[in-house]
Amino acid sequence: MTLPRRSISGDGIYLGPGGLYDFFMTQRQIPSFPLRSGRVHEATGPAAPAFAAICAAQGQGPVLWIRESWRPEMPNPLGLLAFFDPARLLLAQAKDQTDMLAVAEESLRDGAVPLVIVAISRPLDLREGRRLQLAAKAGRATGLCLIGEGMGSNAAETRWSCSPVAEETDSTRMRWEIIKNKTGTIGSWDVRWDHASRRVHVVSPVGKRPGAEGAPD
Amino acid sequence: MWFPRLASDRALRARPTDGAFALTLKQDNTERLYCLNPAAQALGLGRGMPLADARAFCPQLRTLPANPRQDARFMQALRRWSTRYCPWVGTDGVDGLVLDVTGSAHLWGGEAGMLADMAARLERAGLSVRLGLADTRGAAWALAHYGEGVSVAPPGAGLGAIGMLPVAALRLEPEAVTGLQRLGLRSVADLAGTARAPLARRFGPDVLARLDQALGARAEAVTPQADPPHYGVRLTLPEPIGRQQDVMAGTERLLAALCDKLHAQEAGARVLCLTLRRVDQASQQVELRLAGPMRDPARILPLFQRGVDGIDAGYGIDQLRLEAVQVEPLPVQQLSSSARPRGGDRLEDLLTRIGTRIGLENIQRVLPADSHIPERAFVLAAAAWSEPDSGWSAPRPRPLILFPPEPVQAQGGTPPKRFRWRRMGLSTLRAIGPERIAPEWWMQDDAWRSGVRDYWRVDTQEGRRLWLFHTPQSPGWWAQGEFA
Repeated sequence: MTLPRRSISGDGIYLGPGGLYDFFMTQRQIPSFPLRSGRVHEATGPAAPAFAAICAAQGQGPVLWIRESWRPEMPNPLGLLAFFDPARLLLAQAKDQTDMLAVAEESLRDGAVPLVIVAISRPLDLREGRRLQLAAKAGRATGLCLIGEGMGSNAAETRWSCSPVAEETDSTRMRWEIIKNKTGTIGSWDVRWDHASRRVHVVSPVGKRPGAEGAPD
Repeated sequence: MWFPRLASDRALRARPTDGAFALTLKQDNTERLYCLNPAAQALGLGRGMPLADARAFCPQLRTLPANPRQDARFMQALRRWSTRYCPWVGTDGVDGLVLDVTGSAHLWGGEAGMLADMAARLERAGLSVRLGLADTRGAAWALAHYGEGVSVAPPGAGLGAIGMLPVAALRLEPEAVTGLQRLGLRSVADLAGTARAPLARRFGPDVLARLDQALGARAEAVTPQADPPHYGVRLTLPEPIGRQQDVMAGTERLLAALCDKLHAQEAGARVLCLTLRRVDQASQQVELRLAGPMRDPARILPLFQRGVDGIDAGYGIDQLRLEAVQVEPLPVQQLSSSARPRGGDRLEDLLTRIGTRIGLENIQRVLPADSHIPERAFVLAAAAWSEPDSGWSAPRPRPLILFPPEPVQAQGGTPPKRFRWRRMGLSTLRAIGPERIAPEWWMQDDAWRSGVRDYWRVDTQEGRRLWLFHTPQSPGWWAQGEFA
């Protein structure tokens, strides 16, 4: 068991460009978000692409999205428009995972691209995970691997499990769960994305809101 | 210098043949003879004759299609070669060269010696040539085209040298030539002896201008063509090298020289090719495609590292040659702290490095496109050759992830209560729609053969938010995307 080495409300809390409001509305209850730069993180689950898009929306500058060219799933720029300007997106189409990791390592080490998203198709071994981590550290860039279920690498800084949550009125609700965290605690949050203000809001879990006592799940 | 049969001579140099030979070119929907060899001309064939007629005259005629662009390139090569006689060489039409040999004839033993040397060398090269030398460009042209073989006009001869030639030798329009002949003015001397004012009134100033140019009363310049800059440098080594560091050091020297050249021309290299010749005469190439025009040796050199790593030096490398294969203009820029952030350069370097691994065209940017069809509402363009475009608009919410349509087991025209997708049983919580999208009939697309689609945004009890569509014209349900 790993003990949290840093208190949640301790030093190093990042005040975003939106100032205090932003801070209180979004980052107050999610200690490890936005993702620590200079590290490689992992996201899994059906809402992992949305998580990646929200991470990209938090930052500035180009976003490199590395995918294998044979995969049918494709990020849709018109869908990304709700999160960030698709002009920031650079797509790298690699032919297999080896190329994909080489591209990811190269761009993380260079640091010209602040956020590198890699859609991984087979589990990383210890060496690959560690190399990505070292590259991110050298370039002070953030890496985010979109992984399938149970494909996590031991070297990842945090691992987020993201799944959409059904609700009668809200179509953007997701549950984010940190299932691995090297430098903090794990936890679970219900969030929703505000398209208008381009901001993550943490909301109380379904059925546990005041006034919704006894509502059916 | 006139090459009357440049095109066919060029073709025959590669593939000599004894019999009648002609090049054909498709003009006005007909294959016509474009250029013939003397044997074909002796058989009575002529330029511009339809190929079918020529075949009827002369069944053994051998033909090849003409290639005027290659001919033009060959002409440029000849022009470059001609600078061995004098520095002032220009082209004249598609099949002539004009040399200003003033002051350089004595190097070849006088004008006669120079012409003899030209004729001998060109004949050895298999080219038929007609040479004319005179005081003026017009007179030399007349002598080359209408004189016999090699004709020289003595200095100051003027009308005496070209007086006997027909008026067509003055580079006149065909209508003017016909008109002059109708008047009985057949030779240049006839024309020069006629009163000028009626001629100018009847034929315009052009005829007299050409006459004056030929006789030297009006100046006419020879415009030499500058060689296009050549972006190639090489380094020959006395001893073969084999270590990577040595190759990189050699490349560094070449790059410095090449980038100086590029700088002088305000150009930047886009594609570089490093050729390494080995001792056993085999050569290996490293091609580097850059994400943007560049001419900074310190930035380009590290990009070669990956390519040089993969080189097999064999018994050693004794020559390095670096050439900028593709060059783009890159004007010099004022250095300032605010003009352009360094990030752009760094990103280009990064794209180049990634591009050496997965191919520069596989790093793409999304650009908006004008279409309602979801998969055609954007285009992927190579990032190195496109600029980001921010003109995005989505009138309706679109899914975050798109995939090719996957069948959904469901029935009916409205979203089903329960359905199966990817072997998951899902039940509908809420459905928003329909949004009808009709196929673009002007585009051939097999995926849209099933007709119009009614798109629904379906939120499921299980959480997944899918983009389903129903095809009313051939009933069925499909999933094409997933929302955030």
